[in-house]
Amino acid sequence: MATADVIAALQEAFPDLGIEARPLCVYLDGRSSGQEFVRIPPERLIEVARFLRDDPRTRMDQLSDVTCVDYLNYPDAEDRFGVTYALLSIPHNHRLWLKVYVNDPEPTVPSVVDVWPGANWPEREVYDMFGVRFDGHPDLRRILCPDWFVDHPLRKDYPLTGKGERTEFKILERDSA
Amino acid sequence: MSLASAFEPTRLVPPTDAGDDRWTLNFGPQHPATHTTLQLVLELQGERVVGCVPHIGYLHSGFEKLGEHLNYNQYVVVTDRMNYISPIVNNVAWHTAVEKLLGIPLTPRCKAIRTLVGELGRIQDHLLCLAAAALDLGALTGFLYGFNERETIYDLLEELCGARFTVSYTRVGGVSQDLPPGWLDKVRHFVDVQLPPALVDLENLLLRNRIFIERCKGIGVITQEDAVGWSLTGPIARASGVRRDLRKDEPYLCFEDNWDNKGAPALDFKVPIADGGDVLARFLVRLEETEQSQHLIRQLIDLMPGGPVNAVSDERVTLPNKQEIYFSIEGLISHFEKVMTNRGLHPPLGEAYGAIESPTGELGFHLVSDGGNSAYRARCRPPGFINYQIFPKIIVGHQISDVVAVLGSLEIIAAELDR
Repeated sequence: MATADVIAALQEAFPDLGIEARPLCVYLDGRSSGQEFVRIPPERLIEVARFLRDDPRTRMDQLSDVTCVDYLNYPDAEDRFGVTYALLSIPHNHRLWLKVYVNDPEPTVPSVVDVWPGANWPEREVYDMFGVRFDGHPDLRRILCPDWFVDHPLRKDYPLTGKGERTEFKILERDSA
Repeated sequence: MSLASAFEPTRLVPPTDAGDDRWTLNFGPQHPATHTTLQLVLELQGERVVGCVPHIGYLHSGFEKLGEHLNYNQYVVVTDRMNYISPIVNNVAWHTAVEKLLGIPLTPRCKAIRTLVGELGRIQDHLLCLAAAALDLGALTGFLYGFNERETIYDLLEELCGARFTVSYTRVGGVSQDLPPGWLDKVRHFVDVQLPPALVDLENLLLRNRIFIERCKGIGVITQEDAVGWSLTGPIARASGVRRDLRKDEPYLCFEDNWDNKGAPALDFKVPIADGGDVLARFLVRLEETEQSQHLIRQLIDLMPGGPVNAVSDERVTLPNKQEIYFSIEGLISHFEKVMTNRGLHPPLGEAYGAIESPTGELGFHLVSDGGNSAYRARCRPPGFINYQIFPKIIVGHQISDVVAVLGSLEIIAAELDR
């Protein structure tokens, strides 16, 4: 079962979105990795997600993962955050990736928890790590970082060493320690 | 301002106005039955659980951030620390994704070795899960039987790559070193002579133990619909009747036809499915998977192809072996070209997702590359994290003593949960 059929079904159902399949990766010798994604505008995400889950041609019954990429200094990138949904159809055994691009100052995406309950914790993790808010999420709290934490550590402007942690500590010497 | 007063803590359990004698119990983060560091806040009515909020993140150490700063060979060391019950499986998963991004083919010997160690990792993981389940439910003896065999696997891994626990065995396009002489005979002895009687003992200790059966049967039931919708994978999903195993559905390494480029068929094994969806079904699936893994290892020992272990045809990516590095100038230059920070691998601009069937479920890495030496984004799809989110749903209505049974059957490794 090829993803081409899924794309065709999507194009037929949403002719106004101009859906086109793009390869996730094209190797240096021109081959494609065989994994494809489509770009979905955030305001239509729920509609598309429900269609992909319920249509007999697509049957994307499992949301494998939700993740996000901060394209801050990525070559040729136009948008800041790309929230990526990895969809999987167990009956047809095919995968498709959806990408929803959002921007500062308040990146917000509708939550797909109502469509796939398994989106709950992955969406919380994306909120925690990137500060992308999910509208309609039942319990949007930080999940890995402590509650008092203010930053979003996987953003590209956040340093590896920790904001303030490494610059504002008291320097101890051998006799003052 | 002290840290404690700097923030308003999140409500642990939603307040209730039911007016009955509900009380809250804090379970963990340090509790023997959580095995690692995770916290549950249980709302109880007598001994019955009416609400549960899991809190994770105690072991969060920024593995994904590190993945953006370490190169593709270095990061394998970090993957060891994710699911440390079967670290070698994480190594294989990481480099499966990296090779997907680079689009390089592996040699047949490398595929066979990786498949073999992956199945050893599966036995290692399931042994711990079964043994610890027995321990949590009061059958200490079972724990010792399971751990005894894990010890042998540690010894085998030590001989293979010098480390017992954090093995870091794979490299881009290959593995760190070829099999030591006589190693396969030791593995054969392990799966033919040593492991089968121990598994029979373990199975008898668990399945002929009426207390164990009664504490597992009908507890923590996950329906098939929930298993699919809540993104469950691996033995937990298969115990609820979901027919999916990446080894069959998206075959990789030696689970693929023609893996040796000479038309060899995919390895023969069966995928155990149960339809109970309860704690007992999950343990039964794991027991049967252990049997199937032994069967796979026997086939791999017989089929183990010769030839180079690293993808030599593509010298852009694989590290030369130590003999070449130490005794020839070309090897040294080639090594420097790959390890120096301003050189290294240059994958194409793009993204790739590579996943394998780990003992706990689908373990995948979503890599984004900007063409540089290290990943632009290295997302891990941790099976434990995604499997654990259904826990509050299935525990409600059970007794407090069932919490440890269900927790054990989901096989939560907090280091992978928090990364």
